Amino acid sequence: MTTSPSAFAPAGAPRDAGTGPERRVIRAREHCVEVVSDSGEGAQKCGQSFGAVSAKMGNGVWTVEIIPAEIQPPARTPAGASGVRIRLGSGPVTNWGDHAELVVAFNEQVLLARHRQNALADDAVVLLESSWRDHEDETVRTAWQNALEELGTRHYRIVLVPMQEQCATVVDDARRGRNMFVLGLLAGIYDRDAERCREQIAQTFRKKSREVYERNALLFDLGRTWALEQLDFRVEVPTTPHDEPMVVMNGNTALALGAMAAGMDLCAMYPITPATSVSHYLGDVFEDAGGIVHQAEDEIAAAGVAIGASYAGKVAFTVTSGPGLALKTEFLGLAVMTETPLVVVDVQRGGPSTGLPTKIEQSDLLAVLFGQPGDAPKVVLAPSTIEECFHVMVTARRIAESFRCVVFVLSDANLATGVQPYPRPVPDERWLATPPDLGPVPEGLRPYDWDPRTGLSRRFVPGQPGGMHTLTGLVHDENSKVSYAPGANERGCAMRSRKIAVLQSTLEPPVPHGADAGDLLVVAWGSTRGAVEEAVDRARDAGLAVSSLHLTFLSPLEPGLREIFARFGRVMTVEVNYSDEPDDPFVTDENRRRGQLCMLLRAQTLVDVDCWTRVPGQPLRPAEILTAIRARLAKGGRP
Amino acid sequence: MTATCTLTDCGAGEPVELTMADYQGAVARWCPGCGDHSVLSAVQRLLEAHQLAPERTVFVSGIGCSSRFPHYLRTYGFHGIHGRALPVATGIRLARPDLNVFAVMGDGDCCSIGAAHWVHAIRYNVDMVALMLDNNIYGLTKKQTSPTTPLGFATNTQPRGSYLPPLDPLSVTLGVTNASFVAQTADWAPQHLYRTLDAAFRHRGFAFVRVLQRCPVWTSSVFQDLVRDPSRVEILVHDDGIRDESTESVHTHHVEHDPGDIDAARRLAEEGGTRLGLFFRDPERPRYDATRRLPPYTPADRIAVLEREFDRHAV
Repeated sequence: MTTSPSAFAPAGAPRDAGTGPERRVIRAREHCVEVVSDSGEGAQKCGQSFGAVSAKMGNGVWTVEIIPAEIQPPARTPAGASGVRIRLGSGPVTNWGDHAELVVAFNEQVLLARHRQNALADDAVVLLESSWRDHEDETVRTAWQNALEELGTRHYRIVLVPMQEQCATVVDDARRGRNMFVLGLLAGIYDRDAERCREQIAQTFRKKSREVYERNALLFDLGRTWALEQLDFRVEVPTTPHDEPMVVMNGNTALALGAMAAGMDLCAMYPITPATSVSHYLGDVFEDAGGIVHQAEDEIAAAGVAIGASYAGKVAFTVTSGPGLALKTEFLGLAVMTETPLVVVDVQRGGPSTGLPTKIEQSDLLAVLFGQPGDAPKVVLAPSTIEECFHVMVTARRIAESFRCVVFVLSDANLATGVQPYPRPVPDERWLATPPDLGPVPEGLRPYDWDPRTGLSRRFVPGQPGGMHTLTGLVHDENSKVSYAPGANERGCAMRSRKIAVLQSTLEPPVPHGADAGDLLVVAWGSTRGAVEEAVDRARDAGLAVSSLHLTFLSPLEPGLREIFARFGRVMTVEVNYSDEPDDPFVTDENRRRGQLCMLLRAQTLVDVDCWTRVPGQPLRPAEILTAIRARLAKGGRP
Repeated sequence: MTATCTLTDCGAGEPVELTMADYQGAVARWCPGCGDHSVLSAVQRLLEAHQLAPERTVFVSGIGCSSRFPHYLRTYGFHGIHGRALPVATGIRLARPDLNVFAVMGDGDCCSIGAAHWVHAIRYNVDMVALMLDNNIYGLTKKQTSPTTPLGFATNTQPRGSYLPPLDPLSVTLGVTNASFVAQTADWAPQHLYRTLDAAFRHRGFAFVRVLQRCPVWTSSVFQDLVRDPSRVEILVHDDGIRDESTESVHTHHVEHDPGDIDAARRLAEEGGTRLGLFFRDPERPRYDATRRLPPYTPADRIAVLEREFDRHAV
């Protein structure tokens, strides 16, 4: 390794790291770093640990996993890039930002992948494993050469780091230990508290032997020392100590904890990406708290078991993603028809069909709302932050029980794996479900004693004397007797539908982010909240009269939308699902297929709502939303 | 399955002796001569004999003629969707060990659209009685071929005759790992039917009973020879099996079979011919609901675990 004293290498030219006590300090309110490796090399573990430590030190954090679609993609290929992006801030961070400003890459091919996806800032600093440059295999050396040439088209500052060489001083298989070495690098660069990092390492390897921890702690120290001694820069993102207790986790863990806090008893599921990790976490802890995870033989059975348990008086939910949702369709219709309370978590991924299993999309909204043949009204909620993933479960459970209905929680792959700190919840006994009353059914009460105004009724649970009846998916009357009378179906449909309107009557109108009126209102839902609001803030800073409105309730829609929309020149949804562009060939205003929330809003409000949607298989970036906002504003006035 | 409920600790008021009539729901609307009537009577007899509390008894069904069953009983019932009685019944059982759970299915319901659930329910070995009323046809939808329709039998979907040999539900059930109770009976042998239900109800685990069930409208011929000539039916006899003197005196063809011998049971199932009796029983097979029962908890327990987990994720 040469010891070039230069502070910054010229554009694109790889330099070995500098040395000396003089370290340039990059001070930033926010900084975005990526760690990328071949699949299985532990970049995600490294990045998530770094995110957790940063959160604990008082930085705002948002992490997004970079996931290859294959289980064992070939090593050293762009397709195999696996890792994580961590965006740090002095204040709360609500999305993954635009471009990475620092990248640590375990080889040049995975770096190339991020380069080609335009994930890196033009002046990004890249810490690249150097061992491939002088590899014994000529094809590897050639690949390195070609990659560096391609990367040279941008102004990255590439710093070579002898990761493998360094790790080899501690472990036999140096390729295995690099992730903790890199955690050390990041700790050195960002001045992370070493003791907290070691605690995090201990937590990561808590199920392994002491020796494993010690070896990894040693690798961490090695990386940290190397960064402090060899790198000529460090990054300072001021931390703000939290004034209240915080927890940090990903959205799926938050959903699982929320399910426990809501008093749920049973999670019936079938493995499906990206929903499964809810059950991984629950499987680990649920039984300590009186619950079980039932892994059913298929998606259909998972719904059936949850419905059976709910019918029998326990609080049950099922968790799935697009293809599983499709399979559960018939059972969900049955739950609606029999008014059996049920919470369904759909962690959305890209579709249709197998689609993009590990990637984010918001394409299930209409399937959830209208996926059942016949009229099957249900409640749909969409959490927009990790914190909401926790609290939404309590809300969902309560609505499901009070309204005897199916409640959907629409999360997505962005929330599922995104890690963010949030105020530590204070669990409340009132959040838990009360055990079912198994006392005798009062004389004269019927299985569907619908209040004719609200459609609400009290259900009977097996075990209640005097309540014997047969629930049926056939059209039925108040006594749950099958009925083919023309009025019976009309009445049943009306009573089930009425509950949705009743629920809406209890909701408050949403409040726009920004101003109450203006030229453009951006409407969004789910995990895009942070990116949309950041884009709106930037637009407003630039003097544009833009606001945004984020909807949590999608069925029923929150009240007062028409009135809010009327105060803006244009209304446009931003969504991660497919829509035609207005100027696409053959596309007219009449045949244009619009975003899913957009369609819903147009139908419900009669406002000519526009949309801007993308399906890139990754979260939206604030900058691209801002570009869309500018473009729509340029069209001026009403669309 | 065990009756965990007695009259004195179920429900309100003074214990009263329940009669068959107390278990009767709506008037059965099956066709005259349908074998389902016979099964319903045997079930009502069983409920009376065990004095099962109606409020602690649940009949779950799918879709089809036989799945109307719960409507005709005055217990709790769940008339769900085609092929999916078993997942619902499994959910009920996991949630409520105190309930008596029965699933009633037809041959299309169980062996065709619900086949995945059937196979896995056998493996889960969850405590319930699963009745498969097998009339060899889709009756409610008017004569379509089912998996158990005899080869060559003409139906509306296969008017030139069924193309494939029928699937044998007993072989399938006996072939699945962890099968614990497999029996066959017939609607026209009411005493044998009753005794079979009684044995199934007493079994702890997934008690699968195939009932050969006549459909006078669509498959009147398929069981005709067996009904007219009892010697064509073999009765499995063993001291550990299902014994019924009246059946054994009418059906004079007996085969000694030890229900503890699964290899013999599989051979018998595959040999062809029609046999009534207990093919296999092993009360020691592991039960999913015994190991995966919902553990009781108090709100304080739940909150303690939540706090522990928040500590783990604390910033």
